[in-house]
Amino acid sequence: MARSTFVYVTYIRTTPQKLWSALTTDSQFMQQYWFGVHCESQWKPGSPWKMVQRDGNISDSGEILEADPPRRLVIRWQHQLMPALKAEGESRCTLELEPSGPAVKLSITHTIEREPSVLIEKVSGGWPKIMSNLKSLLETGSIVLDDAYPAGRKD
Amino acid sequence: MPDQPDTDALFKALADPSRRRLLDLLHEHDGRTLNDLCEHLDMTRQGVTQHLNQLEAANLIATMWRGREKLHFLNPVPLQEIYERWIAKFEKPRLKALSDLKKKLEKSHG
Repeated sequence: MARSTFVYVTYIRTTPQKLWSALTTDSQFMQQYWFGVHCESQWKPGSPWKMVQRDGNISDSGEILEADPPRRLVIRWQHQLMPALKAEGESRCTLELEPSGPAVKLSITHTIEREPSVLIEKVSGGWPKIMSNLKSLLETGSIVLDDAYPAGRKD
Repeated sequence: MPDQPDTDALFKALADPSRRRLLDLLHEHDGRTLNDLCEHLDMTRQGVTQHLNQLEAANLIATMWRGREKLHFLNPVPLQEIYERWIAKFEKPRLKALSDLKKKLEKSHG
């Protein structure tokens, strides 16, 4: 079966509870590290899930497949705005939080049952920036990037 | 694997051509097995395993089991952090001018 996957891992000096709320319920906090984006959901298995852009457009939506706070979250994820990406169908995003010494290991695995996948290519450019901002915001109280595509790379 | 991979481990992991080659191979195609990676390097299996362990300790690769196969994935998050810490904060236009100059000079001397 053809499949595209990426796995991203970062270590953040915080608690699993704080990281969990930063990734789910605390939408104001999320907007700070996610370039104005936030997600809306009840964060329970079966709840609808959507990602809301700065301008209010819903770019991605789906459903919470698994939620085991503050350890594991699985989202059925489909892009909605760009037709080519929407046509690729559903992907699955798994977030795992694991205590590791004074830090929490955050692993994000995003998979779609096709190869190649434009969706996976697009999200793989974004996740490292988001994770890096999240780490910095939780550890130091400020973000490092306030623009996902600085220096004229906007498109 | 250490609790929190530090910056020294990260730069040490990058300071080796075979390990950088492994990262390039994973960038070309992610989720490879040890056998697959060994085919592309003129090195013993043990050698490749050691390099992979060092990359994993520096958090530059992540691994995942699929059945009995261990798959290796490039984890670009630490590279993004190096980029932000050591590159983005310096002035980009000057860096670009310098890099253009270097290219031009090397061309005329090559």
